[in-house]
Amino acid sequence: MFDALADRFDGIFRRLRTRGKLTPSDVEEVAREIRIALLEADVNVRVVKSFIARVKERATGAEVAQSLGPAQQVIKIVQEELVTTLGGATGKLKMASRPPTVIVLAGLQGSGKTTAAAKLARLLEHDQGKRALLVAADLQRPAAVEQLRVLGERIGVPVYSEATDPIAVARGGVREAERLGRNVVIIDTAGRLQVDEEMMGELTRVCDAVQPDDALLVVDAMTGQEAVAIAEVFGENVQLTGVVLTKLDGDARGGAALSVKEVTGLPILFAGVGEKLEDFEAFHPDRMASRILGMGDVLTLIEKAEVAFDAQEAAKAQERLAKGQFTLEDFLDQMRQMKKMGPLSSIVGMLPGMPKELRQAEIDDGELGRVEAIICSMTPAERRDPSKINGSRRLRIANGSGTSTQQVNALLKQFKMIQQMMKSMSKPGKRGKKGRMQLPPGMDPGALGGLPGIPGT
Amino acid sequence: MDTTETIIFVSIFALAALLIALPRMLSRRERRRRDAVAGGESVTDADAEPVVSAVTEVPDADGPGPRRLRARIGKSRAPFVGLRGRLKARQLDDEAWDDLEETLLLADVGVTTAALLLDGVRDRARAQGLSQADGLPALLQAEIAGQLEDHGDRALRLDAGRPNAWILVGVNGVGKTTTAAKLATRELARGHSVLFAAADTFRAAAADQLAVWGARIGVDVIRGQEGGDPGAVAFDAVQAAGARGIDLVLVDTAGRLHTKVNLMEELKKISRVVERTPGALREVLLVLDATTGQNGLAQAREFAAAVGVTGVVLTKLDGSAKGGVVLAIESELGVPVKLVGVGETDEDLVDFDPAEFAAALVG
Repeated sequence: MFDALADRFDGIFRRLRTRGKLTPSDVEEVAREIRIALLEADVNVRVVKSFIARVKERATGAEVAQSLGPAQQVIKIVQEELVTTLGGATGKLKMASRPPTVIVLAGLQGSGKTTAAAKLARLLEHDQGKRALLVAADLQRPAAVEQLRVLGERIGVPVYSEATDPIAVARGGVREAERLGRNVVIIDTAGRLQVDEEMMGELTRVCDAVQPDDALLVVDAMTGQEAVAIAEVFGENVQLTGVVLTKLDGDARGGAALSVKEVTGLPILFAGVGEKLEDFEAFHPDRMASRILGMGDVLTLIEKAEVAFDAQEAAKAQERLAKGQFTLEDFLDQMRQMKKMGPLSSIVGMLPGMPKELRQAEIDDGELGRVEAIICSMTPAERRDPSKINGSRRLRIANGSGTSTQQVNALLKQFKMIQQMMKSMSKPGKRGKKGRMQLPPGMDPGALGGLPGIPGT
Repeated sequence: MDTTETIIFVSIFALAALLIALPRMLSRRERRRRDAVAGGESVTDADAEPVVSAVTEVPDADGPGPRRLRARIGKSRAPFVGLRGRLKARQLDDEAWDDLEETLLLADVGVTTAALLLDGVRDRARAQGLSQADGLPALLQAEIAGQLEDHGDRALRLDAGRPNAWILVGVNGVGKTTTAAKLATRELARGHSVLFAAADTFRAAAADQLAVWGARIGVDVIRGQEGGDPGAVAFDAVQAAGARGIDLVLVDTAGRLHTKVNLMEELKKISRVVERTPGALREVLLVLDATTGQNGLAQAREFAAAVGVTGVVLTKLDGSAKGGVVLAIESELGVPVKLVGVGETDEDLVDFDPAEFAAALVG
């Protein structure tokens, strides 16, 4: 997510780094480039304006003039301003002191309220041990109630609705939650345009009736300049407490949603990141900011790694790796652990300094399975010492794993190169901080989509 | 392990795994590209509900047609309302040009297209020797309309008397199902017989939603099992239309993000299946939400590459969003906007009219 924006910044900063001194016209040019990058990411025009003004002011001020590396200083300013714009601490739902906690989801048609309602219910039940009740108060769209019922059934959460009016349904839902002893009520409302006064009035009445602890605006990540207006009008009618950003798994740049935060101060609490009901997570603005700036999302990565990896074993493997004793067996072990961290593409997105060819490569985890199969078809001795694999062994491995001898060969060849590469990467002393790792000789860069080189971590 | 080590460690493995598997993935992708026969997987996506609202509104007295478009968009020209006023009695200076640009950007026109339009307006202004800023909106309007008019045929193709299929495609939540209902109403009014193909077999209750519409306007729905093969539903529907002598099959597909390769493959399969009845596939309509920003261009590009989009339906134009991204879509991809959705009733789907759209845009 937000890859395109990250790439733009990467390019701008890279050009900037090659400059020693900065003339006012250089600053002007950088400002123009940043402006275009932000606008193409759908950041609101007015937010961009004030952002650029702040950067320009600081970049031409004393702060930069007196520093040793002006270009570096400008990069720092831009980064700081971006982090302030997008940043802030991760928001949380307000839980009622006396249950049930009432959550209302509102938004335009098609922003993803019904799906978000079910996903949120699943998240709260699954991660926080809550007992949720879904309330279908969208009586407008044909079969919306049915949709929520089906989703509720899938995640094992009861769904309440009645064929009256949205206000009565919402009230009835809260009563039902009290009766069933559910401690969170999630109310899905009908989609409405912010210019539709009648429907906005209805939303106000729903909220007046149930006094929600959290009123969340559901915003499509692909929304353009309109997002700010939408948030403002919904905010005028209802006391909003946060934003749910949906459809973040596309190539949307989400700038509009981030502008919402800047303009209204509403925190983005959750993000929908996939088709499945599990694809819903808490949103960390600060981590997102660092991702956009190409600094990776190291915190999430560490969190995931801590869960997935066995620390002791990993340390041992790492030691062997540094000594150049890393075998296919170790690789298999660690690969299996890494799989627990989620799809490879999402891990790559979190790594700092990844070249964009890798980030944008279409990564198919199924291929890892085939690699696994090939290694599994080797004997332990072969895994430790691949050099003993001769023609007949190769054929056996290929047959055993359902691949061809060419594929086995390719794997062995690549492993050998990777082995060398990893050896050099994991030697802390020899790794220059700015040094860029080159691909091992013989590796065809074309096969990697023109990958220029892998930066050292 | 301390944190730095963790990062280094994980990075190394991710890299290693990637480097080992990537060439294979790439070659596989090549292969897949080569044999275009790749089958459609049965996964589909859903992150949002397509829009539909019940018939609650009494149609305006304006009557159908372009006049109506202006009236409907008119009530929501928010960012533009001030433009003419702001430019009144002002010199044609940089500030006026900035104002004009900001207006375009706020309408989601996008930086590149806005710059192109402004260049055009500048030429026109120079040619006319314009010195006052209040002449700018008219020039801008002419420029936009001029650009839109280059993009040809906006009529929907249908030959009565044999099955014609129109496929509706788009990302999640843009209003495909509602648009299907509106299109059906429109074609019924023109004396054509219509059949729905509920090829959204993924989203919970999507077929039910279409069925409710079908019952309301008297159109039969061909549906499959939830989670079933959407291609099969489309095929059955076209066959049924042939057998029953129905003119138009509206194929409602599941919303899918244009970045999901397997889902785009599934879409290709649906269109191939429809094409098995020679000449049946007449329109592939990309449904686009007017609130969409610059991502709309990426959507159009990917859908066009996958299934040869023949036109765009711009929905939800009755909000205050302008849908300015269609300007870029037309100029870059040459895909014409054919219809716009301007309201919640099943009659609020009108022909796209460049001049009216330009007028509404500029305000």
